[in-house]
Amino acid sequence: MTRGNPRAIVRARVIVSSVRSSTRIRQLRVGLALALGLAVTFSVSVSIGDFSIPLLDVVPAMLGFGDEGSVFVVHELRLPRALAGTLVGLAFGLSGAIFQSVARNSLASPDILGITAGASAAAVLAILAGASFAALAFSAFGGALVLSVAIYVLAYKRGVSSYRFVLVGIGLSSMAVALTSYLITRADIYEAAEANVWMIGSLNAVGWETIRPVAIVLGLLASLALILVGRLRVLQLNDDMAKGLGVGVERSRLSLLLVAVALVAVGTAASGPIAFVAFLAPPIARRLARAPLSLVPAALVGALIVLLADMVGRRAFAPTEIPVGIFTGLCGAPYFLWLLARANRKELAK
Amino acid sequence: MTGVHSLKGEHLQLAYDQRTVVADLSVVIPPGRVTAIVGANACGKSTLLRGLARLLKPKVGTVYLDGRDIHRTPTKEVATRLGLLPQTPASPEGITVADLVARGRYPHQSLFRQWTPTDERAVASAMSATEILDLAARPVDELSGGQRQRVWIAMALAQDTEIMLLDEPTTFLDLAHQVEILDLLTDLNRQEGRTIVLVLHDLNHACRYSHHLIAMREGTIVAQGPPPAVVTCDLVQEVFGLRCRVSPDPVSHTPMVIPIGRHLNASAGGPAFDPAQTPASPLEQRS
Repeated sequence: MTRGNPRAIVRARVIVSSVRSSTRIRQLRVGLALALGLAVTFSVSVSIGDFSIPLLDVVPAMLGFGDEGSVFVVHELRLPRALAGTLVGLAFGLSGAIFQSVARNSLASPDILGITAGASAAAVLAILAGASFAALAFSAFGGALVLSVAIYVLAYKRGVSSYRFVLVGIGLSSMAVALTSYLITRADIYEAAEANVWMIGSLNAVGWETIRPVAIVLGLLASLALILVGRLRVLQLNDDMAKGLGVGVERSRLSLLLVAVALVAVGTAASGPIAFVAFLAPPIARRLARAPLSLVPAALVGALIVLLADMVGRRAFAPTEIPVGIFTGLCGAPYFLWLLARANRKELAK
Repeated sequence: MTGVHSLKGEHLQLAYDQRTVVADLSVVIPPGRVTAIVGANACGKSTLLRGLARLLKPKVGTVYLDGRDIHRTPTKEVATRLGLLPQTPASPEGITVADLVARGRYPHQSLFRQWTPTDERAVASAMSATEILDLAARPVDELSGGQRQRVWIAMALAQDTEIMLLDEPTTFLDLAHQVEILDLLTDLNRQEGRTIVLVLHDLNHACRYSHHLIAMREGTIVAQGPPPAVVTCDLVQEVFGLRCRVSPDPVSHTPMVIPIGRHLNASAGGPAFDPAQTPASPLEQRS
């Protein structure tokens, strides 16, 4: 562009670059702080329990140094659990951030819309059939996909930023929950108990054999999300503007939602549907980073929420353990109600 | 840039679901010129613009950008040549002005080429042209309607395309800012030869700022050409159903449309309404 005098343009460039870099730096700082917080929480989570391990011995024990007892407890019991919590939290947080940005609606997270419930119903079916973890994971993905397609067909009418979308999701979610309950009533008591614990969301039973595939798939999905993030940034505007800027709106939206659905399915398959993590993590991350789109912080906040909730669940009423999903549910429900009330007021004001 | 890009539509039928808005319309946008599309509400002017901008795929007919079917050209490539400001843009919650304008650079970026000095220069000069540098760090949600409109225009400018389509870019702006934006678009046209297509409500602005005027009614083009040749009382009557007088604009010498309305007597050739001779306004006299 040739407009304006060169000096004014130089001044303008300085302003633009300083504003943009201050945004960047804040995001970087928030990301680093969250990562640090996650590392500390992770270590504390490994350290506390019936057999307490001093915090300073945790990292050596993870690497295989220290007395045999500590190494055993860390490697076989605590580390898989903490890793599972981290991975599942990352998956849910990222998935929620993608969902909410694509829909441009903070109510539109996979747990509120019932996509998690769809994944659970299919996963319970797999559990009752005695399927392997891989089969369970694919089954969960299938269930999540069916639920998503159903929402799309029933609720999608020129945009998704409306109550209609959320209401249809809640309706379908109840149906999926009903189906799950029905499946459980038909099962024998041991399987039913196993499925029940899984359904509330528990990191209890997760072992190394689950963690490796979950980590690999999560890595792949996260890379896909990062490739698509440029498109997501433009999609956040509105459909017309995104098209005008050269984004294939339908195709990009579909790819992003597929990634998000797969993330939910992986997380759900590993730990069960941990309530409200996907719903809560993104708005917290956005507020911390003060940026409209913050995928990495959202994933980190998700992991933090799961680890903290699991720690509280393990220790609050020790030796009785309370599944992690109960605590996240307790925290998430009030926020959900507040958001509904606020959206309602906005809609009334129109 | 000297208007080498061409844009035209042939036998377009544009419809939303079952509702056909434009039945069979052909149009050539003169390159390197400012074109204004005018017409009454719901006459299809925005629909035509959406069709030309490839936001709405025609049921029948083809839009050609540089002689090639726009729907067969990769959409990101189109976005480097043709930019668009839709009627009701929207911004994500909490985004700052500088970040929003920077999103206009998307078509020039790729996975491996994220942010270059060219991007920065384009954003900086777009923001300084629209005088929103002081707002750079402010969240867009906190701005007034007029400020926000200038941010949108800056974003369209940052896209740096030779053809710019703008759907009512002057709504929400006060008169001074309206003129400022239209002057700015004129600068872009004069200095850089950009092709500009505007949907405008204000006929006088359209006359003043466009080389080429397209008047639409019920999905068809009623008249087109240079404003002085096209704008007459009869045309305004036909397009808007409004009685008016047309006289030369004392400043720009382009046609100036003066609506008559129901309360004034405008017998052709009769004495013009002179406020100095009337004690109160005619509206008050009636009551």
